[in-house]
Amino acid sequence: MNRKLKFLIPLVLFLVAAGFLFKGLFLNPREVPSPLIGKPAPAFTAPILGETGKTFNSADMKGQVWLLNVWASWCAACRDEHPLLMEMAQTKRIVMHGLAYKDVDADAQQVLIAMGNPYNKVITDADGKIGIDYGVYGVPETYLIDKAGVIRYKHIGPLTPDILLTKIVPLLKELGL
Amino acid sequence: MHKLLILVFLFSSTLLAGTASPMAEDPALEARLKAMSHELRCLVCQNSTLADSDAPLAEDLRKEIRGQMRAGKTDEQIVDYLVTRYGDFVRFRPPVNSNTALLWFGPFLILLIGGFVMFRALKKHAGDDTIEGEDALN
Repeated sequence: MNRKLKFLIPLVLFLVAAGFLFKGLFLNPREVPSPLIGKPAPAFTAPILGETGKTFNSADMKGQVWLLNVWASWCAACRDEHPLLMEMAQTKRIVMHGLAYKDVDADAQQVLIAMGNPYNKVITDADGKIGIDYGVYGVPETYLIDKAGVIRYKHIGPLTPDILLTKIVPLLKELGL
Repeated sequence: MHKLLILVFLFSSTLLAGTASPMAEDPALEARLKAMSHELRCLVCQNSTLADSDAPLAEDLRKEIRGQMRAGKTDEQIVDYLVTRYGDFVRFRPPVNSNTALLWFGPFLILLIGGFVMFRALKKHAGDDTIEGEDALN
C-alpha cells in the first residue's frame, strides 16, 4: 500500500505548485501592499484649491474618519471613478477630501466645474511632495484615515462599487460611521 | 577645416540636446545617485529601475534623493525613507525578514529534501549493486 502510493508524491507536489501558480495568474502585480497601512497618516499642510491664501492642515482632521482621494485632471482613470465619488458625496456619510496631485490649479478647477465636485476640500500638491509621503505611484488612490489619524485602508486605481461595498463600507461600520 | 569644425560643433550640440535630463553640477553626487537608483524600482513601470525610468514619479524621486544626498543623508537613510513609503517592493534586492524567508531559504530547503531523497535512493541501489556483484563473483 505504502509503496503503491509513493509514486503519487511527485504528482501531489506538482498539483500544489500548479495551484499556487494558477492563483498567481489572478493577482494584480500593480497592487503593492502599502507599508503605511496601520501607520499614522503623514502630516502635511498645503494650499486649498480655490481658496486663495488658505491652507489645509491634516492635523485638523483628528477625531474624524475621512477619505483622502488622490486625483488629477490629467488622469483618465480618475474620470472613471468620478461618478461614484459624486454618489458617495450625495450620501454625506463621510468627509472626503481630494488631493490634486501634480496638477495645475486651473485645470483641476475646470474638471470640478465640468463634472461636479464630490470633495469637501481639494488640497493642492503641485510638486507631488505629499504624494511621495503617502507612497502614491499611480493616481487615483484612496486612503481611509481613522479618528486617531491612522491609515486603515488604501485602494490603488479607480474605486468601484464592489470595492466600496466589500471593503470600505464594512470598515466604516467598524469605525462607527 | 573650418567646415569640419562647424560640423563637429553642430553634431555635438544635437547630441547634447538629446540627453534626457540636465546634468547636475556635482558629478560625484550624480554618480552616487546613479549607483543607488540602479538598486531601486520605479513603481510606475515596475520592471525598470529608478535609473532607467522616464516616468514623472521616477524623476521626482531622483530629485528627492538628490536633495537628501545634498542634505548629508547616507544611502541607507535614503533607502529607508523610500521603504517606509513604498515598502520593500521598491528595492530590487529583497531584504531577509519573516516575509521573505521562504523566498531566500526555500531553494536550499528543496535542495536538502532532494539531496536526502537522492541519497536514500542511491544507497538502496548501491546495496543492490554489491549484492549483484557478489552474486556475479560467486
